[in-house]
Amino acid sequence: MDGHGDGQSRWCLSQVKGAVDDDVAEADIISAVEFNHSGELLATGDRGGRIVIFQQEQENKSLPQCRAEYNVYSTFQSHEPEFDYLKSLEIEEKINKIRWLPQKNAAHFLLSTNDKTIKLWKISERDKRPEGYNLKEEDGRYRHPSSLTTLRVPVFQPMDLMVEASPRRVYANAHTYHINSISVNSDNETYLSADDLRVNLWHLDYTDRSFNIVDIKPANMEELTEVITASEFHPLQCNTFVYGSSKGSVRLCDMRASALCDQHSKLFEEPEDPSTRSFFSEIISSISDVKFSHSGRYMMTRDYLTLKIWDLHMESHPVETYQVHGYLRSKLCSLYENDCIFDKFECCWRGDDSEVMTGSYNNFFRMFEREGQRDVTLEASWENGSPGCPLKSWRVSTGSRRKRNEIGVDCLDFSRKILYTSWHPQENIVALATVNNLYLFQEKLN
Amino acid sequence: MDVTAEAKQIMVQALGKMYSSRSQRGGLRLHRSLLLTLVMKSARDIYHSARLMSEKSGQSVTEECTSHTQEPMDTSSSTATPLRETSGQSSEDGQRSGLEGHPHPLNPAADKENCGPSRPDRHSRKRRSKTATDSDFIPCKKAKLECAEVRGVLQNSSANCGRALDSLSLVPMPRTIVTF
Repeated sequence: MDGHGDGQSRWCLSQVKGAVDDDVAEADIISAVEFNHSGELLATGDRGGRIVIFQQEQENKSLPQCRAEYNVYSTFQSHEPEFDYLKSLEIEEKINKIRWLPQKNAAHFLLSTNDKTIKLWKISERDKRPEGYNLKEEDGRYRHPSSLTTLRVPVFQPMDLMVEASPRRVYANAHTYHINSISVNSDNETYLSADDLRVNLWHLDYTDRSFNIVDIKPANMEELTEVITASEFHPLQCNTFVYGSSKGSVRLCDMRASALCDQHSKLFEEPEDPSTRSFFSEIISSISDVKFSHSGRYMMTRDYLTLKIWDLHMESHPVETYQVHGYLRSKLCSLYENDCIFDKFECCWRGDDSEVMTGSYNNFFRMFEREGQRDVTLEASWENGSPGCPLKSWRVSTGSRRKRNEIGVDCLDFSRKILYTSWHPQENIVALATVNNLYLFQEKLN
Repeated sequence: MDVTAEAKQIMVQALGKMYSSRSQRGGLRLHRSLLLTLVMKSARDIYHSARLMSEKSGQSVTEECTSHTQEPMDTSSSTATPLRETSGQSSEDGQRSGLEGHPHPLNPAADKENCGPSRPDRHSRKRRSKTATDSDFIPCKKAKLECAEVRGVLQNSSANCGRALDSLSLVPMPRTIVTF
């Protein structure tokens, strides 16, 4: 169902970042996108282990229609490839997740993780430097103390802005399996990291210890039926967190109940519809992302075909279910063949929780209005839209008749997919990653 | 597509994906391996139950489809083999209804013949407990069952089986799929 009769949406392309040529280096493929808590900074991580941070420029008062642009603020190498000699395994440097810490002072802090190691990065600005030392020349050479005749106080002089990123903590050696999630607690002191079978709790200040709070590893690995796929702390209650599983269920745990939260407090699970059962039911029901609403009242889960919104007070079934690309249900066999069925899509909430968004194939992304029950399909493409021009909504048809802005399901390009998305916490700006480009869209101001 | 053919294709693809993921950067992904294992198991179960259904309906059209007393070890099944191929097409509906969460029609003793190559460790307690105590991620140095060995295992364990060895049985299945 299209959101608007004339096919035009409220959204327009703002910026595209990254190379626009067809040749994409593996290292440049974006693997994480995250706005910070104010929305001023936008961090992206890629498969090469690099993080690029963009900063929103101060608003241009003469052009009120145009929201401020994002420009590169800092680039640094977060993770390097490593080799586990004991297990003869290479550890990829690909950035799996980035999470910002709430800002406490002038510096910004973020957590970034690859498969095995989490790092705390401090990003700070330097726009002054001390000049007028007594014992050092301006070029750094030391002066002999006997040559001093006067003493002066060094003063800070302005210099060109330099943004420094320094690793403040490295949290390593706590995960046997691949880390899929990190989440900062609302207490701003602890955070959790989750791999396929375990969830660990860390204190930000201590790297030499972490507490295991969930362990679903069976005594005999051959009896394994379920893995953890995503985990997040509640945005307001520092004792509450959830973790999603490959079976399509989400467990909510209360850390006050016991030290080891293997026993869940709530289990959110919708019974499977037997009429839709297929060979691939297990794969498509696997939760790929779980996100709390900003209010903390709701929780959203993404599986391969749907977005579900759950009320934390009701475990039996979601309060809202949105079909992201239901037309793919009949194509599961081909998607299994080309491995697309294993793609893990993220999802995100609008700042006021009134809308949700997630990505799809063919560089489409979907936005769902909760109140009005309206949804729209938009395309991230620098060819089909110019900055400032409102995007036209798309429809995917299973039939053969083609109208304008309609595409057949067999014509979809499954190599172009949007897995990572982030919504500005206050303004209506969304950032999403295609394979190697970062797209920024903003809502038209009327 | 015929359900059995689809199940077979899915199984073969799952095996291919699992083997190729061994050489992937970053090592085996537990989540992916688990999903592939689950798909393969359900495809295998469906494949075998569908084959049994078509075999039964080929054997005797008057017999109940849901009978649990059939004896696949009976040498008379060998005479039903040519019938099975043609009846497989016509009794697809019967097969499909038998797929939907139907309990496995075979008794457990006969089932061993069908899952022979995939779970040889079930016969060996020693190997199984060793796997349980193995630490994670140690590369599997156990020998893979090669095609010829699989054929040998099948022939040795089911002397009376009249069924021709189809290509599916010859596909070497990794013993410990998820354990690593």
